[in-house]
Amino acid sequence: MKADPKGVLTGEHYLDGDHACAEGALAAGCRFFAGYPITPSTEVAERYVARIPMVGGIFIQMEDELASMAALVGAAWGGKKSMTVTSGPGFSLMMENIGLAVMMETPCVVVNVQRGGPSTGLPTMVGQQDMMQARWGSHGDYQLIALSPASPQEAFDYTIKCFNLAEKYRVPVLFMMDECVGHMTEKVVIPKPDEIEITPRRLTKLSPEKYLPYKANGDLVPDMIEAGTGYRIHSTGLTHDERGYPAMSPVTQAQLVKRLCDKIKLNAEDIIEIEEDQTEDAEVIVMAYGITSRVTLPAVFKARKKGIKVGYIKMITAWPFPERRVRELAKKVKAFVMPEINLGQMVLEVERCAAGQAKTYHVPHAGGWVHDPEDIYKVIEEAVK
Amino acid sequence: MSKINANVPEHPMEKLLRMDRIPHIWCSTCGIGTAVSCFISALEKFEYPLDKVAIVSGIGCTGRVAGYIKLDSFHSTHGRAIPFATGLKLANPDLKVVVISGDGDLSAIGGNHLIHAARRNMDLTVICVNNFIYAMTGGQSAPTTPLTANSSTAPYGNSDPPFNLPLLVGSCGATYIARWTSLHIRRLTKSMGEALNKKGFSFIEVIAPCSTLYARRNRLGTGLDLMKFYHDNSEIKHGAPLEELDINFQQKIIVGKFIDKEKPTFVDNWNNWLSKKLGERFVPYGVAKA
Repeated sequence: MKADPKGVLTGEHYLDGDHACAEGALAAGCRFFAGYPITPSTEVAERYVARIPMVGGIFIQMEDELASMAALVGAAWGGKKSMTVTSGPGFSLMMENIGLAVMMETPCVVVNVQRGGPSTGLPTMVGQQDMMQARWGSHGDYQLIALSPASPQEAFDYTIKCFNLAEKYRVPVLFMMDECVGHMTEKVVIPKPDEIEITPRRLTKLSPEKYLPYKANGDLVPDMIEAGTGYRIHSTGLTHDERGYPAMSPVTQAQLVKRLCDKIKLNAEDIIEIEEDQTEDAEVIVMAYGITSRVTLPAVFKARKKGIKVGYIKMITAWPFPERRVRELAKKVKAFVMPEINLGQMVLEVERCAAGQAKTYHVPHAGGWVHDPEDIYKVIEEAVK
Repeated sequence: MSKINANVPEHPMEKLLRMDRIPHIWCSTCGIGTAVSCFISALEKFEYPLDKVAIVSGIGCTGRVAGYIKLDSFHSTHGRAIPFATGLKLANPDLKVVVISGDGDLSAIGGNHLIHAARRNMDLTVICVNNFIYAMTGGQSAPTTPLTANSSTAPYGNSDPPFNLPLLVGSCGATYIARWTSLHIRRLTKSMGEALNKKGFSFIEVIAPCSTLYARRNRLGTGLDLMKFYHDNSEIKHGAPLEELDINFQQKIIVGKFIDKEKPTFVDNWNNWLSKKLGERFVPYGVAKA
């Protein structure tokens, strides 16, 4: 379906990434926002609450991030597309109910405008240090989806994609922005509503008598209901059967958890989006995401000028990790180089998928600032040897 | 729903219970079942489409209530029933959302959410079954355990003062507050009905026996002995000052309806204020759908 015109601010704008993200949410049909202020993400909430009274929806500033995330799950079951926004310390608190959203198969979007950590760390300065927390932060085995934008335009575009993926796979989708992208201001083009594709909620067509809330279809995703429509369902964070009833046994656990993981893993090709440049005959491939994917470009251009065959991959999707493509390329290239603003997170995935067939080089940065492209260039030069 | 034997008469509350989940997990003589029965009785008289009533529970013995009531029901995380319910209610203001959970869930790990929902006058009914301990995990102290009472984490008696729950939620602005024991079936049912019909944050504390853990550890006898205790030691005092509602170990329990007042809800305030500030530009939220 197409976007609801009420939320779409069609035109050319000069926006920072946080504001662009809020506009993306409004365009995507998000009509419920629960949040707690935290730098450098607060501007998303501020933009949303300034706009939503005229669009028709609701905003609530909750007492903490535990509550924000729980409210998000409740609101999704109430029938609204819902989102929250936070940064590192709040992201830690949200982990509890991100797990609940996974278990109840609740579509919702959690934005993390990353800053430097651990703990209070660098509230106003950039980091990309929550990438592994995004994947593994809540307890138990699960899979979810995480995207990372590199510009305000992408913050707008991919916020919409986050909502669409959340609906399609009934999973919380994490939007892993960073302080630089959140606070940089650039041109953002917002298309007309009929040019914005929106994935509606996959509501069941079955009658209440025939409907089983956790009976999955061919794509492993069950159809959903909205509370208050006569289905009288039960949903729980406990291990449950197709009726949604608690059923705590190794058998139901294996069935449920395997399906929760498989619905993402087996659909990875549909979910994953990466941008490749000159990877076909590359000897070295630089992979990066978020702000670092832009900081990397001068290093890539310099290397090419010097005659180094260097390919470039910008990861829009961080989770599920673009495993198949990295495995393929590992057979052909000498090495992967990954700069990221942490001391080694996504590079562990690159290394795992390269599986010894290509070398993996990390360009670390502890946070607070972006890389000097020269530091990335030096590693490219070393990697091609 | 399968019947074991055609001669077994239908359970009188079968329409609102998930009979395919019976037997339930609660111990015999537990007070939670009584609270559920009273609630179902109140629902039967509730003049509102029951398809629009949703139950949210947290974690613990009372947290399991959501799983037995045949309405849209959500068994959320520990302490988070109220924020989950807040999201559910705000997403669809046509719903009547009822939180049924325990004292530890609502007032310890969920304490922050309890006070803020009361402050906002979030349009929710909260039924708090207070058995004075964490029962599901084996009888540890809660913020409701009376001074000197024994628990598994207070083996020499509790030295940590408890909450007076009506005072707590009252001081935050709850618009309806009552307390009954699980002996006061008729009065509890009536209060639940009033709470369901209340617009705003309503709170009912249900004092309930846990003979398996609380009574055993404190040598208070059987479930029946506890009911006798409630009979002999409860004093009905409607409108009693909230600060006089402390519960001390094996002493008088004051019950009754303490607060019943009108106040705009969170959504009322949102709509009233923003329509005043923004005029025609404002799109009122959650106004009854045609």
